[in-house]
Amino acid sequence: MTPALPDGEVPPPDGHLPGWVGQATPEVPGFGVYLHVPFCAVRCGYCDFNTYTASELGGGASQLAYAQTALREIDLAARTLEAVGRGSREVGTVFVGGGTPTVLPTEDLVRMLDHVRGTWGLESGAEVTTEANPDSVTPGSLARLAEAGFTRVSFGMQSAVPHVLATLERTHDPARVPEAVRWAQDAGLAVSLDLIYGTPGESLDDWRRSVETAVACGVDHVSAYALVVEPGTKMAVQVRRGELDLPDGDDQAAKYELVDDLLEASGLAWYEVSNWARTPADACQHNLAYWRGADWWGIGPGAHSHVGAGERAVRWWNVKHPRAYASRLEGGLSPAAGRELLGPAEVGLERTLLGSRIREGLAVASLTARARTAVAGLVADELLDGRSALQGRVVLTRRGRLLADTVVRALTD
Amino acid sequence: MSPIPSTELTSRIQPAATPPSLLRNFCIIAHIDHGKSTLADRMLQLTGVVDQRAMRAQYLDRMDIERERGITIKSQAVRMPWAVEQDGTTTPYALNMIDTPGHVDFTYEVSRSLAACEGAVLLVDAAQGIEAQTLANLYLAMENDLAIIPVLNKIDLPAAQPERYAEEIAGLVGGDPADVLRVSGKTGAGVTELLDRIVATVPGPVGDAEAPARAMIFDSVYDTYRGVVTYVRVVDGQLNPREKIVMMSTRATHELLEIGVISPEAIRTQGLGVGEVGYLITGVKDVRQSKVGDTVTNASKPANQALAEYHDPRPMVFSGLYPIDGSDYPVLRDALDKLKLNDAALAYEPETSVALGFGFRVGFLGLLHLEIIRERLEREFDLDLISTAPNVVYEVTMEDRSIVTVTNPSEFPGGKIGEVREPVVKATILAPSEFIGAVMELCQSRRGDLQGMDYLSAERVEMRYMLPLAEIVFDFFDQLKSKTRGYASLDYEPAGEQAADLVKVDILLQGEQVDAFSAIVHKEKAYAYGVMMAGKLKDLIPRQQFEVPIQAAVGSRVIARETIRAIRKDVLAKCYGGDISRKRKLLEKQKEGKKRMKTIGRVDVPQEAFIAALSSDDSGGKDKPKK
Repeated sequence: MTPALPDGEVPPPDGHLPGWVGQATPEVPGFGVYLHVPFCAVRCGYCDFNTYTASELGGGASQLAYAQTALREIDLAARTLEAVGRGSREVGTVFVGGGTPTVLPTEDLVRMLDHVRGTWGLESGAEVTTEANPDSVTPGSLARLAEAGFTRVSFGMQSAVPHVLATLERTHDPARVPEAVRWAQDAGLAVSLDLIYGTPGESLDDWRRSVETAVACGVDHVSAYALVVEPGTKMAVQVRRGELDLPDGDDQAAKYELVDDLLEASGLAWYEVSNWARTPADACQHNLAYWRGADWWGIGPGAHSHVGAGERAVRWWNVKHPRAYASRLEGGLSPAAGRELLGPAEVGLERTLLGSRIREGLAVASLTARARTAVAGLVADELLDGRSALQGRVVLTRRGRLLADTVVRALTD
Repeated sequence: MSPIPSTELTSRIQPAATPPSLLRNFCIIAHIDHGKSTLADRMLQLTGVVDQRAMRAQYLDRMDIERERGITIKSQAVRMPWAVEQDGTTTPYALNMIDTPGHVDFTYEVSRSLAACEGAVLLVDAAQGIEAQTLANLYLAMENDLAIIPVLNKIDLPAAQPERYAEEIAGLVGGDPADVLRVSGKTGAGVTELLDRIVATVPGPVGDAEAPARAMIFDSVYDTYRGVVTYVRVVDGQLNPREKIVMMSTRATHELLEIGVISPEAIRTQGLGVGEVGYLITGVKDVRQSKVGDTVTNASKPANQALAEYHDPRPMVFSGLYPIDGSDYPVLRDALDKLKLNDAALAYEPETSVALGFGFRVGFLGLLHLEIIRERLEREFDLDLISTAPNVVYEVTMEDRSIVTVTNPSEFPGGKIGEVREPVVKATILAPSEFIGAVMELCQSRRGDLQGMDYLSAERVEMRYMLPLAEIVFDFFDQLKSKTRGYASLDYEPAGEQAADLVKVDILLQGEQVDAFSAIVHKEKAYAYGVMMAGKLKDLIPRQQFEVPIQAAVGSRVIARETIRAIRKDVLAKCYGGDISRKRKLLEKQKEGKKRMKTIGRVDVPQEAFIAALSSDDSGGKDKPKK
């Protein structure tokens, strides 16, 4: 079970973009490439991502052939963007996510990156990240990735506490995390750790221990996510049966405040609701591009893509299953399953909901006149930072970060 | 000899040309479910006015709701021919069956229907015995000097106990239990004998054919195509087609466009004579111009004296009705305007509620009336409505002697109050004697005052209580039923007013009064109401980004308090490329949802919370599973 794709219109079979994308070019946004690797060694009980184990796919064949299929979509992307005059941009960021990208042979990851570079070129200083499981990397594989041009690795640490990892069905040995971090750092890669809080049975002290362990690894970037029990996951079934408690919002709020305190104290500052970095340069540039409304092409099953054109934009998403994905591309067709054409109202809404999540915030001037009248009240409620508001920026306070959706609703009324 | 008169005999009982001695006007008094409509159907068949094919169960009950609930809201009169042979001579009669509403809410209409008759069939379910409302109507009939024909129905039922109930009825109306007729509306058994008995027992009407015309209106129905159809019983004189008539209470003049009888479809006639029952059409569009109880006379030769003093129906119970979708307000207004055409008792005026928006404060004759109107609005006009808890009318005398009439609890005056008066009712409860304790307990908890108690039989008892109307408008009947395993029956009639120690309890959200939840309750019940409502709202209102106190207060004194804790987290942790579309759509949906929120002060309250809080379950939200 994987998250349902959004409802949208049926895209053209060849995936061509609307003509207006090429016409409106006051300022061409940055361009990032997301590469989805839809495979994992095992599936974790809480995970609703579009990923498959070898047994779920019924044989490993497609896993082995996957990189080759992905290269076909890169070629299609190049042709499609070229057709609307967006073909000559260098790629600013590449992010390989999953699934577990490192279950693929390292050379497959290298091959995909090489193909991106060969197709569009990489900007100098481009950020190239891969997600990884601490137990699916070796000093050798990390060194090879660095050599091939990867600059950053994001490990799914989730917790340092064995009973929490067990509830999450994470299989890695917690002791492996500091080791993997060190290997990556030795290879010259920037390192981020992902943490999850609010797992059933996790105490505040358990959480403190996880954050302190992450800090002790000496990384420059941490992401911390509240656990969400997604429908259709094994965990949702366990909750329904009463085997696990549903995560509690108040408990998660307390844990958010704790992680924010601990990370800030260790020199990592928040730059997005769930992300902290030592310096602005340590922030994940690829993710920032999402929040700033850049263009990106998502390669792989279920991946989403976004191409903006001023007050309009087009977003589409690929078919979910690796087999369907492969057969579309082999048949010379676009793997897109659906798309939506966004007008000024939707684009404006997305700008507010994404821009308000990041530390740099939004320009008050970019809000509608109606939304602007809400700013003062949000400052009074200590949801927005007053000083920033005076300087014309909408920036969340910590309380505001915890109630970001409330703020966005107020700003989009 | 067929009891259906031959053509020759029929010529003797033509409308406008039937001697009063050949007329029999009767009604059927029965409790809901005791089979009145089925019996009426059988009479229509046996008298030949409806043939088998056209027969449709409960022919006389027109509306869907009536058919479904098995109750009759609007009465009609049907003229049926019937021939009786006596001493070798066959005499034709015209029987007018006047269908009466069976429910206590419509007592005034019942009394007018009874006034149109000389006889009444007292119909009692042979398996259930007489019920309180039937008893009430029986008293009315006896007061009107009607000839009573006691009948046990449903004798075909295995559970029927005709001997037992014949005795009970004979005890009430006098006479021998053996004289109580036994019929089955379902099989038709005994119905012929009943028709014969009507002819034999019910006297023919008496009136002065030479006097100025006087006819009493006993029903008035709005018809989309014909306008108002008025049902009358002629007492004196004659009404003729095309002449001008006058409504004596208003002195309004109308032209008689059509006059006739129902048998069972409308048949135009050459008029209506002394003692006859039929309908008039004058082209008016509003039943208020043709009021039940009013007297119709001839414009060119008017009567001096009306038949009875007319009085307007007085609403007893009020409730605020609000469309769930605020844009439906005009639809609700038009719908009420339409229903009013057919319901002289329906009264309403626009009202605005902070919590519920624009709606109407609607006055009803009673709870059933309220339920029927609400259901018709929802069903016939496709409206989704919220209704506030029903309340009665209070008369508040201030210390400065000024008087305020309160039909909406939120308008209960503050300041120095001298006295509050509330309507009271005389209630009659019939129940198996094993439930006496339970009934007494319930009535006492509703501030009831026992007036008397009589055994109808060894097993059945009649209890008479004086009760504040306010105490029975909410869930009294449901409680009564559940405490007596469904056996008790209730009837009540207005019995004036009494002074009572009443206070208004307000519900405040973050210090702001929520008008829809204000209630006028007895001082001793204020605390319980406050705790119940505050608890309910605490569970129903979603957490806000600030703490929300819910208080129940009498004046400035807080009597109960709950707190909705502030929500601490309302944010989606992850929002990356693949999440954005989903997130935007969620936001759009929430914004749509917010349009359906009402804001009290700064608190956003989903409309569902109001609906749930106003719903009649009185568990106080405490026992409900938390989400």
